Amino acid sequence: MRLFKRSCIVFSGLILMWELLVLALHLPSYILPSPAQVFFSGSENFSTLAAHALPTIIETLLGLMLGIVFGCSTAILMAIFRHARFWLLPILVVSQAIPTFAIAPLLVIWFGYGIAAKIITTVLMIFYPITSAFYDGLRQTDPGWLDLAKTMQAKQWQIFWHIRIPAALPNLASGIRVATVIAPIGAVVGEWVGASRGLGYLMLNANARMQIDLMFAALFVIVIFSLLLYFSVDKSLRYFITWQTEN
Amino acid sequence: MQTSPPTVFVRNATLSFQGTLLFNNLNLTLRAGEWTCLLGASGVGKSTLLRLIANLIPMSTPDGADMTCDNAIPLASQIAYMGQADLLLPWLSVLDNVLLGARLRGKKLSPMLKNKARDLLIQANLRKALALYPHQLSGGMRQRVALVRTLMEEKPIVLMDEPFSALDTITRLTLQTLAAKLLKNRTVLFVTHDPLEALRLANKIYVMYGEPVTLYSPFDLNSLTPRDPYDTEVLARQADLFRELEKVYAGNL
Repeated sequence: MRLFKRSCIVFSGLILMWELLVLALHLPSYILPSPAQVFFSGSENFSTLAAHALPTIIETLLGLMLGIVFGCSTAILMAIFRHARFWLLPILVVSQAIPTFAIAPLLVIWFGYGIAAKIITTVLMIFYPITSAFYDGLRQTDPGWLDLAKTMQAKQWQIFWHIRIPAALPNLASGIRVATVIAPIGAVVGEWVGASRGLGYLMLNANARMQIDLMFAALFVIVIFSLLLYFSVDKSLRYFITWQTEN
Repeated sequence: MQTSPPTVFVRNATLSFQGTLLFNNLNLTLRAGEWTCLLGASGVGKSTLLRLIANLIPMSTPDGADMTCDNAIPLASQIAYMGQADLLLPWLSVLDNVLLGARLRGKKLSPMLKNKARDLLIQANLRKALALYPHQLSGGMRQRVALVRTLMEEKPIVLMDEPFSALDTITRLTLQTLAAKLLKNRTVLFVTHDPLEALRLANKIYVMYGEPVTLYSPFDLNSLTPRDPYDTEVLARQADLFRELEKVYAGNL
């Protein structure tokens, strides 16, 4: 929670500086609106913001869940099967090397303007951090534990289930933390390229109409949602994974 | 429950490691129900020999060892192993760590099994630690949990690789006494670099030196174990053993 407090302080400091900057430079609101203007615009358009926030939130959460499922299964496959590792590793690297921004339009063509394309963008963005973190954890099991388990006449899958997976969970948790921060970006990028709803769509629309204050209001909703998501995910990870795998 | 402990024969153990011949037709007998202690300098191959017996070393073609025991049961299934690190799993409580073997083999954790674990933990003076997690324990307590975990395996052969070397002297003496009591009448191979430890616990001491390795037993010990650290036989033999080890460490035996 101390991190939360610190984030709040840093955040309010930045807003204060911004307000002062706008006042000092007499910037017109279509270039840079002041935080106060953004706030008023936000409260004026509250129902619009809420209506557009909902799809973004749903896309982010579904994308995050699917990304975790795919990432974990890929990491487990790679850790168990040498051949899977051989064929999946390039896919993993490519998934990160291809700029998601560039193929997002393609995804819209393939999967339409609906929610699917956005979820896929999100999954693409978080697949690599989750898979690589979990895979690293699965590979780095303390060899002493493996020896001990072998002398206890455990089978490979039993060792995997009872030792290697729990030992890798702290690594998976770091991967999920990174993914949680990126996931909303994935959804918004998806919305930028082609959507009729969502905060990304709203931002683009407001920008085109020079409603910069509304654009900033939408941006703030994204930021606040991202922060809330991160802190709740972090908190539950800490609750479930209390150990550090380092002996 | 527990089968009577067998004698273990290691014959013609041959093993190369990174181009050096570590063992060349090495022979070792672990007498039934007795503690055999292996002493020697670090890196001479004590742990390697123990791991070889524990079947933890993958063998390449020119390597090999003929390992047998004098009952008809496969050797690997009669062995419990305890390492220098306690190897406790940080996500399991003390009680669950002790039940690790059963859990790993997919055995049902019956109330009987749990009671047995609890009784053994209490015998090891860990009554208050049952529900604690490893990071809440001291080094001595952790090693006692590891000892109980080893006992829970109910194996007639126990291989111990410097299990108490990371502990302070007094804690180490306490744990030696406890281990000697709890592992009485099992066939034990105990690797150590502490002469006093060997003299307190061993029925048979081997000193290990050279490349490839030679094993020899400097003297016999006949009194009951665990011997007190200030026992006259222990003190007299300690002087002998120090001399032997000095010679071996200097490499001019």
